[in-house]
Formats: sequence, structure tokens, C-alpha cells
Amino acid sequence: MIDEEMVDYRTVPTVCPYCGAGCGMLLEVCSGEVIGVLPMKGHPSSKGSLCAKGWSSPEFLKSSNRLAKAILREEGEEKEVSLESALGLVVENLNRVLEKYGPEAVGFISSARCTNEENYLLEKFARTFAKTNNIDHCARL
Amino acid sequence: MSVKEEAKNLLGKGMDGVLFYQMKDGSAIPHLFTSKDIDEMPDVREIPDSERYPLSDILSKLLMRFSSAKFGIVARGCDERAIIELEKHQQIDTSRVSLIGFACSPELAKICSCSKPYTESLADEMNEAQEISRGIESVERMSTPARLGFWLSNFSVCVKCMGCRNICPLCFCKECSLQDEDLVESGVLPPSIPTFHLLRAIDMAGRCVMCGLCEEACPAGIPLRTLYGKVSEIVREELGYVPGTRGVKSPLEELGSSVGSDDDLKS
Repeated sequence: MIDEEMVDYRTVPTVCPYCGAGCGMLLEVCSGEVIGVLPMKGHPSSKGSLCAKGWSSPEFLKSSNRLAKAILREEGEEKEVSLESALGLVVENLNRVLEKYGPEAVGFISSARCTNEENYLLEKFARTFAKTNNIDHCARL
Repeated sequence: MSVKEEAKNLLGKGMDGVLFYQMKDGSAIPHLFTSKDIDEMPDVREIPDSERYPLSDILSKLLMRFSSAKFGIVARGCDERAIIELEKHQQIDTSRVSLIGFACSPELAKICSCSKPYTESLADEMNEAQEISRGIESVERMSTPARLGFWLSNFSVCVKCMGCRNICPLCFCKECSLQDEDLVESGVLPPSIPTFHLLRAIDMAGRCVMCGLCEEACPAGIPLRTLYGKVSEIVREELGYVPGTRGVKSPLEELGSSVGSDDDLKS
């Protein structure tokens, strides 16, 4: 018998992060590290299947290309900034473009992985605050 | 004795963990039980028939990751057959594995078209299982053009999710022929017809233990049990080999291993 603390394998039920279908998947976790994914057999809608994206999702989980923090690109140079200052910059520039060029110059992109309510809020924000119909979502591939 | 008691015995004898299912919100999910949570191990009858996972593949991964650990596994007939076949391919070191066997429900055996829905340890107690149709006969009754049409239309709905390969306990190659650009063009749907499916069918010949997880995982509903059942039938009839049985290796593997050594290839 080896050190008990070391030997650990469990599966964690979760929802596929890729699209709005929200298929059920199990993350295979070995001593705290995700080593694979399995389709969740008992899931009411995906019924034990996944698509190519769901099956390959563990590949991007540990990708060094993932943005984990807000990055600001200024004159070609990228630097890490706080989320507060990044959002402040978005507000500042959104107001500036709206004032100078009008509602047709801005657009909003929501996500299929947001909740229905979050998508509703962004749609309301686009149409009532920015007064534009330029709103779309990531699932329009 | 319940499987939980048998599993407790194994842990008491120095096993590091016992692989089976944990019940979570009414679903069975794979879990490695240790002495800390062994009391939560469910009875085999609590596992829904529709919730099977490739436990033998998980076991193989655990043995590789924890190279000195010993594991128990609560296994169905198909899990055991996969373990036997994986050992022949040097993917599982069974000297570090103890198996607790159980039989599937008659309903599941029927759904799976399984001719041996129990482990070898239970063979004496079980009735001789019926050889059940895997849909091969009905496909073979079709005329040749109709049969070709049947398979081509089934292959044409493939979304190339790779679920059949990913969930297969016997698919362990590090390099996969399905991802070879010369054989299967990437970025095209459906994947090369019929190359993609026939490549996998050929790889399953002499390997497939008829667990049926591929067909269950297929979002396109392709009758993979029938396809691999047919290649298995050919291997059984022509070469007398049934994957998942103890003893000799698949004759197809023997052919590969007897041709020269690595040194011959290098020179």
C-alpha cells in the first residue's frame, strides 16, 4: 500500500463550457488534476454523448494561451491591468465612441454560456443604453 | 457477501483503492473508493443500467499514474473482458489488480446484445446465455446495393466527435490512425467515407470486447455494435479468436510482433 493521500480518483459532474446546449460531462480528477473527460450518462438532454468540442475540452483547460487576467494592449505592447481599470477603460471608450459616432458604431457580443437572464440584460443594455440593435452572440459560428 | 464487504476486505489486504461507481444526485459516476469513503459504496443493484463507463480504461490510467499502487475493481463481464484484452496489450498489469465480479441485469444484457453479461467468477452460477442478435443478420439479408446504402447513409451522419474512440476501453494508442492526414482529411464533415469507419472497424478486429460503449456514446446513432460485431465475427470464424478470453493473444497481434526487431528496422 502506498501513501493514502496520494491515491485519489474521482469524477466531478459539470456542464460543458462550449455552447448553449449545456451537455452533461464528468471531469476525471486524479489527485486534484483534471486528466480527462467523460460524457455524463444520466444527463437528461445529452444522454451520454458529447461533440468534438466537449470531448476535447480538457485540452484547453491547462492551455498557457488562456487569458486568466485582464491584458491591455497599448501601442503594440501588452500589459497586465486590474479588472477594475480594464472595465473603466471600456466605459470611457464606449461613451467616447457613442458621443462621437453614434449608436451604429458600437456592438455587443454575448455568450451562449451565459444564463438567459444575463443575455437579456446585455440585450437591454445594448438597446436602451447604447440605443443600438448591434447585438449578437458567440454561437453564430 | 455484498460488493462493499468484498471491497472492504480488499482494502484491508493492502489494496490502495477500489474502482466502482458512486451515486450522486441519482446518477452513477466512476469513483475510486478508499478506506475513507468505502462505506458510501453503493450496491450493484443501485447502478442504473443506462449508466456504464469504461472502468477498465480508468483502471489502466490509474495503474500507470500510481506505478506501485494496487487496485480493486468492481467489474461487469465486459469490464473483465476488456481488462483481459488490455493485459495482452501490456496496458494493464493484472498482478496489481483484484477483481470483484457482478452480473448485469437480464434487461441490460438484452439491450447490450451481450452473450456473457457476467464475470468468469460467476460463470458457474449463471445460466448459459443466449447468443443474441447484434443486428448483423438483418443487415446481411439486404441486397448488396441496399447494404452499401445502409452503411453509407449511416457513415454520412457522423459528426467526428471521436466519442467512439475516446470511450473505447481498447483504444489506447498514443498515435491514432483516425488523425492521420494521409488517411482521414482533417476539417471535413462527415469524415472520409468509408475510410474513417472502416479504419476503426479494422482496429477493432481481434480487440473489441463488445461492451457497446461506442454505440451508446455516438450522438449520430450509428450502429457501431453491428459494424464491430461483424468484424469480430470474421475474426472468430476465420482465425478462431474471441477477444477478452484468457490464453492466447489475437493472431493479428502475433503477426505484427514476429516481423523483425526494432534493430532490424533501424539498420
